[in-house]
Amino acid sequence: MAQATGAREKLTRSGSGNGERLFRGVVTAAALLVLLIVAGLGVDLVWESRQSIARFGLGFLSSQRWDPVHQRFGALPYIFGTIVTSLIAIALALFIGVGAALCLSEIAPERLQTPLATLVELLAAIPSVVYGLWGIFVLAPCLRTTVEPFLHNTLGFIPLFSGPQIGIGLLAGGVILAIMILPTVAAISRDVIRAVPREQREAAYALGATRWEVISGVVLPYARSGILGAAILGLGRALGETIAVTMVIGGRPQITHSLFSLGYTIAAVIANEFTEATYQLYLSSLFELGLILLLITMILNVCARLLVWRITRGSPGTVTV
Amino acid sequence: MMESQLLPVRAGIVPRVAATAAAAIRDAPRAAKMRSEHLNVYYGGFRALIDISLDIPERQILAIIGPSGCGKSTFLRTLNRMHDLAPGTRIEGTILLNGEDIYGASVDPAQVRARVGMVFQRPNPFPKSIFDNVAFGPRMHRRAKGGALADLVEHSLRSAALWEEVKHKLHQWAYALSGGQQQRLCIARALAMEPDVLLMDEPASALDPIATLKIEELMQELSRRYTIVIVTHNMQQAARVAHRTAFFMANEQRAGFLVECSDTATMFTTPADKRTEDYITGRFG
Amino acid sequence: MSSASAPAARPSLALASLQRRRLTNWLMLGLIVLALAVSLVPLVAVLAYAIVNGLPGLSATLFTRLPRPVDVGAGGMANSMVGSLVIVAIAALLGTALGIAGGIYLAEYGHGKLAFLVRFFADVLSGVPSIAIGLFVYVLLVVPMHSFSALAGAVALAILMLPLVVRTSEEMLKLVPGSLREAGVALGVPRWRVVLSVLLPAAASGIITGTLLAVARIAGETAPLLFTAFGNEFWQRSLVKPIDAVPLRLFKYAIGPYDAWHTLAQSAALVLILFVLLLSIGARYYAGRNRLQRQ
Repeated sequence: MAQATGAREKLTRSGSGNGERLFRGVVTAAALLVLLIVAGLGVDLVWESRQSIARFGLGFLSSQRWDPVHQRFGALPYIFGTIVTSLIAIALALFIGVGAALCLSEIAPERLQTPLATLVELLAAIPSVVYGLWGIFVLAPCLRTTVEPFLHNTLGFIPLFSGPQIGIGLLAGGVILAIMILPTVAAISRDVIRAVPREQREAAYALGATRWEVISGVVLPYARSGILGAAILGLGRALGETIAVTMVIGGRPQITHSLFSLGYTIAAVIANEFTEATYQLYLSSLFELGLILLLITMILNVCARLLVWRITRGSPGTVTV
Repeated sequence: MMESQLLPVRAGIVPRVAATAAAAIRDAPRAAKMRSEHLNVYYGGFRALIDISLDIPERQILAIIGPSGCGKSTFLRTLNRMHDLAPGTRIEGTILLNGEDIYGASVDPAQVRARVGMVFQRPNPFPKSIFDNVAFGPRMHRRAKGGALADLVEHSLRSAALWEEVKHKLHQWAYALSGGQQQRLCIARALAMEPDVLLMDEPASALDPIATLKIEELMQELSRRYTIVIVTHNMQQAARVAHRTAFFMANEQRAGFLVECSDTATMFTTPADKRTEDYITGRFG
Repeated sequence: MSSASAPAARPSLALASLQRRRLTNWLMLGLIVLALAVSLVPLVAVLAYAIVNGLPGLSATLFTRLPRPVDVGAGGMANSMVGSLVIVAIAALLGTALGIAGGIYLAEYGHGKLAFLVRFFADVLSGVPSIAIGLFVYVLLVVPMHSFSALAGAVALAILMLPLVVRTSEEMLKLVPGSLREAGVALGVPRWRVVLSVLLPAAASGIITGTLLAVARIAGETAPLLFTAFGNEFWQRSLVKPIDAVPLRLFKYAIGPYDAWHTLAQSAALVLILFVLLLSIGARYYAGRNRLQRQ
């Protein structure tokens, strides 16, 4: 009993209460830091681009002229290059990534599924700069000597595939981006495809479906909102990816009809010119480019979630993106 | 002692046991629509079913009963080759559908499944509209389109006793239906393929009593046109709906075998095997 | 539609009736397998390229010498390697500590609106382009300190790491069975001590795996270092002065005009790939082994 009274004294909060408060304060501060960083990012980029915004207004978005010598800055060619390379990337990565995910979950023998999936995910581990190096010395020559002439000869009547074939350029940037976002698309798609209930597959098989009919009739429709999420997330990655694209895009701000021509992306021009920007307006314009990039990717990220929520309401397709 | 134990079971099966002479003729054995001959099933090294030889009579309901783990569902799934989907499953013996071996070398399992429909334990409609659920099979097999498809869907929904409840909302989401309605939708989906045989794997186990009753009435109705095999753990249900009943058990190695198969009235009143009697009087299982 | 007369009229079970659908089936399954094969090509191609071209140039001088002008002869990137290690080490320290703390908040204290916001914006932050984070840290640290620095580079990488570690820690802590938590609290131990001495150790293996993967991801990053660490041709002992990193040097050499630079870049790529792959394969192996032990 004597011991019990000793213990009872501790019921009144003393040192341990302070410890709890301190600990709670520290972890809450760490969590708040995430919010502070996001807010700080936005505020900083807006603030730093104020000069450019004041000077060019919305014309910044529609002007094609990027001329540091005469202090004229327009973002359109960079926006164009960013969107074109990202669209090439998502078009390629979606088909191949979803195909790979289907193969991993529906076709590959069970013992091989995890090792193969790990190999695909390792694509994401290879640094961007290494992809860029490979892009310069392997991919671009291959495009120049093989792929682009082939496309030109077979589909050359389409403006997209006309023009001189030089290897580096929009197509090279798009292909490099496709490789880099492939693991993201494949991994998320695989997760949502694996989440399709066995009963759904069995129901289709029991109606005499072939394996492909089960995939196209049941598995893909069931997983489509998740796959859409994967695509949007992949697109976001592609838009913001910098170094590898910088190395193979060619660095010429122009708007062209041919995928073979040189181009430039928002991220690439920031990477190349930021440390060379010699006066405030130049720097400010680059910050505004960064702001545009931030806004596009953030909107995409938020949209991906809202869209997925809207689509999955009332359906069993639950998705964690 | 024995009488008193049998009583509750018998009370449940009164409708069929006290059948009229006409019903007795209806329940008389018919020509086999499907037949399994010396069927053995292995999961890897494990033998799941031993030497099952069983006739499935045309346009009647065959119930398969037995304690859990006796291989009832395993047997059912051999009848439409669902085991092909699970790697490591091996099947020996023969299963005939209209006299043709469904495991024959030149047979496509998808075609077998198109002819032998299946309804599962839990309702599993697709995340599509009611119409698209029923139309799924015919579309896939290119059996019908346009007006003919709409007719087929209506016919299937009528056959599944669901038409009146859903005719004004065919293009609504299937998941908006109740559990019982979903299960009847799954039956309609299977019927839309105009199957030779309909397999039902405990089709009412996830449903409430009223929905269960509806499914049972529906089965009776369907048995006039279709050959039905139902697996159930509910003896009363077998007694209520089935023309013939097969009793499965598992041996010490957990392998399932057929104890006996006879018409339902005989099975529940004068079973030939002592083990059947023990089971239906509730001594084990 | 009486099925009584149907059987005779029905098509046989044999293949002929299905030819077209079977053909489509095999064609599409073939394409799916091809898609997986195609997606493995870049991994093999990049690895093969780095090994074939990087291995011959892989010598001791790469690790011991400073960069030299092209006409002076074979240089190395010893300073870049040390710089990378310094930057990544500081970033990992910062990112792990803050990330785990944030994860603890979300898993143990976070229920309301604030937690929702933190979760949401952690996901948003993980989608922010790394170059934008470089710009942010430039304004945040480089401008006020009047110098590019290892510290600024480390902060940029830590910000990249943060959302990954926060979410992994949260998930892993939530996986710890509630009974462990209750057992701790029932003994009269304050909650924070339960978290630190019971829950964190229980979730440690998962958190370590997640953190290693995050470190592997930031170790190869170039874009956020461009305007923060900046790069340097020489040794740098100070944390507040410009410092070199392997990805920065690789970038410079790859787009440079000299063959000697390209050779060095290829060797550096091999080193970087090996480092990053070892980290991420190690993390996966560690996770797999722990899962086995638990079973």
